[in-house]
Amino acid sequence: MKAALERFWDHDLAYSLRRSPVTLVALLLTLVCIGGAVFAPWLAPHDPFDLASLDLNDAFSPPAWTGSGAAKYPLGTDDQGRDVLSTIMYGARISLGVGVAAVAFALVLGVSLGLLSGYIGGRVDAFIMRVADIQLSFPAILIALLIDGVARVALPNEQHGNLAVPVLVLAIGVSGWVQYARTVRGSTLVEKSKEYVQAARVVGRSPLAIMLAHVLPNVTGPVLVIGTIHIATAIITEATLSFLGVGVPPTQPSLGTLIRIGNDFLFSGEWWITVFPGAALITLVLSVNLLGDWLRDALNPKLR
Amino acid sequence: MLAFVLRRLAQAVVVMLVVGLIAFSLFRFVGDPVVFMLGQDATPEDRVRVTRMLGLDQPFYVQYASFVARAAQGEFGLSLRQIRPVSTLITERLPATLELSFVAAVFALGIGIPLGVYTALRRNSWLSHIFLAVSLIGVSLPTFLIGILLILVFAVVLGWLPSFGRGDTVDFGWWTSGFFTLSGLKALILPSITLGLFQMTLIQRLVRSEMLEVLRTDYIKFARARGLSDRTVHFGHALKNTLVPVITVTGLQLGAIIAFAIITETVFQWPGMGLLFIQAVTFADVPVMAAYLCLIALFFVTINLVVDLLYYAVDPRLRIDRAVAAN
Repeated sequence: MKAALERFWDHDLAYSLRRSPVTLVALLLTLVCIGGAVFAPWLAPHDPFDLASLDLNDAFSPPAWTGSGAAKYPLGTDDQGRDVLSTIMYGARISLGVGVAAVAFALVLGVSLGLLSGYIGGRVDAFIMRVADIQLSFPAILIALLIDGVARVALPNEQHGNLAVPVLVLAIGVSGWVQYARTVRGSTLVEKSKEYVQAARVVGRSPLAIMLAHVLPNVTGPVLVIGTIHIATAIITEATLSFLGVGVPPTQPSLGTLIRIGNDFLFSGEWWITVFPGAALITLVLSVNLLGDWLRDALNPKLR
Repeated sequence: MLAFVLRRLAQAVVVMLVVGLIAFSLFRFVGDPVVFMLGQDATPEDRVRVTRMLGLDQPFYVQYASFVARAAQGEFGLSLRQIRPVSTLITERLPATLELSFVAAVFALGIGIPLGVYTALRRNSWLSHIFLAVSLIGVSLPTFLIGILLILVFAVVLGWLPSFGRGDTVDFGWWTSGFFTLSGLKALILPSITLGLFQMTLIQRLVRSEMLEVLRTDYIKFARARGLSDRTVHFGHALKNTLVPVITVTGLQLGAIIAFAIITETVFQWPGMGLLFIQAVTFADVPVMAAYLCLIALFFVTINLVVDLLYYAVDPRLRIDRAVAAN
């Protein structure tokens, strides 16, 4: 264990991390966000979805330090008397979950299509890349919105409530596969002509086995970097869709839904209901973005 | 040249047909129009009659073809929620979205280009660092949060600007404009900043990096060696060559502005097409959704086509490459 830690400490990545205070802060904030989200059921001061514990008399309580607030609710409460801090922690759980799942889906889809495109070539390649070109000319959020909107209309009401989160993951995932496919296709084209792939072909391995066992491990590096940066984008897309009211159902509020709910009370002076979830979203997205940028530079041999 | 134009045109038509197919299947597979028109307790004879009247007994491709023919004339039927023709609803809402997008684009270009030039020319001044830091935040903040923060500061706390709606508008036939009244102009400020901020930071960063690149080239060195003033070198030689990619990106971003208007319009309750679309999605108003889908696709396809052709016309290298490849 100690040896492993020491090895990590001396590793290039750890060295570049030690040299960049901004990245260290970003890493710390990301860990705090992830920790708060993952362990929300144990860390959160209240359970905002336990209807029995809610008291409408506690609604619209301002943050604790403003004087008229209660120490019980450090960041105040919303219109239903839910503790804002707890709803943020539970909301971040959903935001992060949807974001990571959507990126995983986009990654698997994009990498598979990119491998096929690069390895098989010909018409398959032309078709996949043409679809990618066309999709790239539309903004990702518009595509996610359209897929989500169409699914919302196409599915019956009672089913949609249960399927809202998977549909959202699918919509955001489909809107983001192109980047992965293009990168993987490019590296696959390079790897394909190398001797080890030719050797595998001569030995008689099937194309599928060559793609998965030989080419794939050699094209994953850049994909992981794109994935890190994509998580921030996916979280923003999810928040935007939920803010527009077409994302997660109100029974499972994500950060975007919380901001949407709070937005209605902005004018009556209850700013904390929307500002704190907003601040949480900004912190999460900004620190994940900074981490992604750092990872890209740290892994880029040209910049060393 | 002709082959290039034709190929791009064919691609555009294919995209429109695919989008049309999605819109068509929305109609076809969401709910049963016959039940919708006759109610649950209609006789089987009535059903057959209405099915035939609506042409629903014909094969899929015939129905699709007639849908495309009607869509091409802008006919999408009645909105389910408002019981009015979709085309009327859209023409009513179009001016609001186009005016907002126009002001946002002017804002993005008018502020983005000067900031980009400044940060490129005075690379190490503290003001440049501030501009770059602000642009980083502008890129990473979601649009709707920027809108909410602007409302909180300028409408709720300071009370200077309105936070929703278009203010008073003036009618010119079917076009309603907010440009000619004070309240209309005031109402435009916050939404257009919200909508244009992302594009502004994008243009600023693009102009800066292009300008830095151009300033390193030989012809700039020669221009300086000839003893031209800094002003002439920067604005006569460098900026001019920076603007070609900027024009392309701006063209492509126009479509993005119209699409992102959905979010801004929701935040500011701006009575445009985007708000219409979001309401249609929430209420499963299929005709409005289908019409918006086709219209926004048409915008994008047209803009992409025009930008491609412009690029081809502006950049002679593309033509030579193709000529070489052809031989």
